[in-house]
Amino acid sequence: MRMNTEWRIACWEKMILIRRAEETIAGMVETGEVRCPCHLCIGQEAVAVGVCAALEATDTIWGGHRSHGHYLAKGGSLEGLFAEVLLKVTGCSSGRGGSMHLFAPEVGILGTVPIVAGTVPLAVGAAFAYKTREEKNVAVAFLGDGSMEEGHVHEAMNLASLYQLPVLFVCENNLYSSHLHWSERRVADNLFCAGELHSIPGERVDGNDVAAVYHSVRWAVARARRGGGPSLLECRTFRWRGHVGASYDQDVGVQRRGELVDWMRRDPIQALTERLGEEGVNDLAERERAIADRIGQALAEARRAAHPLPDRVTKFVWREAVCAR
Amino acid sequence: MRALSYVQAIREAHAQLLARDSRVFVIGQGLWSPWYAGSSLEGLEREFGRSRMVDSPVSENAVTGLAIGAALAGMRPIVFHPRMDFMLLAVDPIMNQAANWSYLFGGAQGVPLVIRAVINRGGQQGAQHSQALHAMFMHVPGLKVVMPATAYDAKGLLIAAMEDPNPVLYIDDRWLYGETGVVPEEPYTVPIGKAAVRRSGSDVTLIGISWMAAESLRAAALLEREGIDAEVIDLRSLKPWDRDTVAASVARTGRAVIADSGWRTAGAAAEIAAEVGERVFRELLAPIARVALPDVPAPCSGIEEQAYYPGAEQIAAAARQLLTKSKAVRMARTARGAA
Ligand SMILES: Cc1ncc(C[n+]2csc(CCOP(=O)(O)OP(=O)(O)O)c2C)c(N)n1
Ligand SMILES: [Mg+2]
Repeated sequence: MRMNTEWRIACWEKMILIRRAEETIAGMVETGEVRCPCHLCIGQEAVAVGVCAALEATDTIWGGHRSHGHYLAKGGSLEGLFAEVLLKVTGCSSGRGGSMHLFAPEVGILGTVPIVAGTVPLAVGAAFAYKTREEKNVAVAFLGDGSMEEGHVHEAMNLASLYQLPVLFVCENNLYSSHLHWSERRVADNLFCAGELHSIPGERVDGNDVAAVYHSVRWAVARARRGGGPSLLECRTFRWRGHVGASYDQDVGVQRRGELVDWMRRDPIQALTERLGEEGVNDLAERERAIADRIGQALAEARRAAHPLPDRVTKFVWREAVCAR
Repeated sequence: MRALSYVQAIREAHAQLLARDSRVFVIGQGLWSPWYAGSSLEGLEREFGRSRMVDSPVSENAVTGLAIGAALAGMRPIVFHPRMDFMLLAVDPIMNQAANWSYLFGGAQGVPLVIRAVINRGGQQGAQHSQALHAMFMHVPGLKVVMPATAYDAKGLLIAAMEDPNPVLYIDDRWLYGETGVVPEEPYTVPIGKAAVRRSGSDVTLIGISWMAAESLRAAALLEREGIDAEVIDLRSLKPWDRDTVAASVARTGRAVIADSGWRTAGAAAEIAAEVGERVFRELLAPIARVALPDVPAPCSGIEEQAYYPGAEQIAAAARQLLTKSKAVRMARTARGAA
């Protein structure tokens, strides 16, 4: 894909979709219509969109508690997301998971989970399957800067490198893990070096620059598809809202520091809007209205959908066995 | 006499332990936020400093291992897991290391460690943010497991856990944080391994664990209106647990309902039922009943959550059933005796 105006418009639309969808969810969190814990990625949209722009539908992505953006960027159904956070039976996880458990296998999302770093080894496992079957797919593990503190992330990197697996570790470094700044959790600001011990090339990019993210991911994905093994990308970004919920100034009950104003000036969407304006694109307002309409329709549909009945609670613990051939 | 809430009692116990012994420190996630620990650790960071109230990286396994090592090296740590679900990443240091240490080295060296885990469920948090896994740890030799249900015990059991020379898993439940009761100001201990009879009665024994002990008391109030006189035992300690108090009570009432907030299969209630059956089989007037979670992960939707979590109503219903069943048991026994 050439990174031309058309490409930038497509990215811009995806980022607007994520931003507006999450703002809609934030509003519903504030009114109490949505009650499951929601971790919003507003401010970080360029990472999800830049990464997924470099992937095919058959590539898989693996996420965590903050994965609305990953899900939408990879092409997950908008109505399925709204219905899931409302715990409706039409939700992308049948209303069983809520915001922290998204599922869209048709676009390469086999499940996101809020156990920090829980899916990182799973992404490596998917890559193992692709390599074993000689498929050209890649797996992408999205992980936060906090997730890097779990030991099994580093075990997973060793495995990925040892077996030369087609996996990409995308660390979204938003500087915070819950209420703790990175400097309260580690001594050096060097997450992109985390793979060095395993000879995994690491790179730091501006996570608020969708083109920069795409550029790096495209290189890493091409390398992985060629059998060149894993890479690590550290995307510097910032979440505008608190760790969980809709608030701008609170992280789990702790007053946030002052960085937000600066980071809002580095809005990944605004930067792209300006660039497209310079390139003479003059229908962004119209496009934005179309996205708002899409969101309105999807939300209305999700609101109309049924709640589960209480006796569904014992269903789906096991899948029915499929007869072996 | 002064009343405190359960959560205030936990906080006071921490404050007193930190104040009286410089070897005590707390480490784990969320210590510097009021959100992870509720208000159970509020302000302690300012009072005792961040070097004794350590908010850690997201590294449950290594942080728990660190606490064990510090305990072996002469400190008295409390390692804090804001949710039991996250503590699963630390099962190796807890089960393989801390629990085995004394046995492994001929009793010469134990691990004087408090592992505090919080049950934090409901509120549409889903299957990975809701689990009550005490039965798993009750299974492990070498670990002690306590689960206070009252404000008084919340404080006394934490101090007892600290004074114990063994690793003690102290499990508190967010649903109990608002329960209030009389709590003495001075430090005191509640003996580990002793149950509390919360209400005496003659028709049926309700044995409750943690939140379900509180629900058992509510169930007893429901039953009283129907003329059923229930005895309520709050187990308080799961390992070791007070077999004598429970068996003596069931021997008197002839009927037992065991109420637990964990899963049914191989759960805490199953162990208690087996032991009671072995000890007082002859005195039983009815089968032993369990009220526990179905063998199903926690759902997410509020509607399914309501169907999922049993409470006082279900405990009372189980007790009523036992009273009906005991007639049948008596008839069958008489028939067998006559034959
Ligand atoms: C195993 C585990 N430990 C702790 C938590 C609580 N928790 C949820 S998100 C989070 C912070 C993760 O930070 P990071 O990986 O940087 O992701 P971000 O929230 O910044 O997107 C923590 C500690 C958890 N969900 N799972
Ligand atoms: Mg982070």
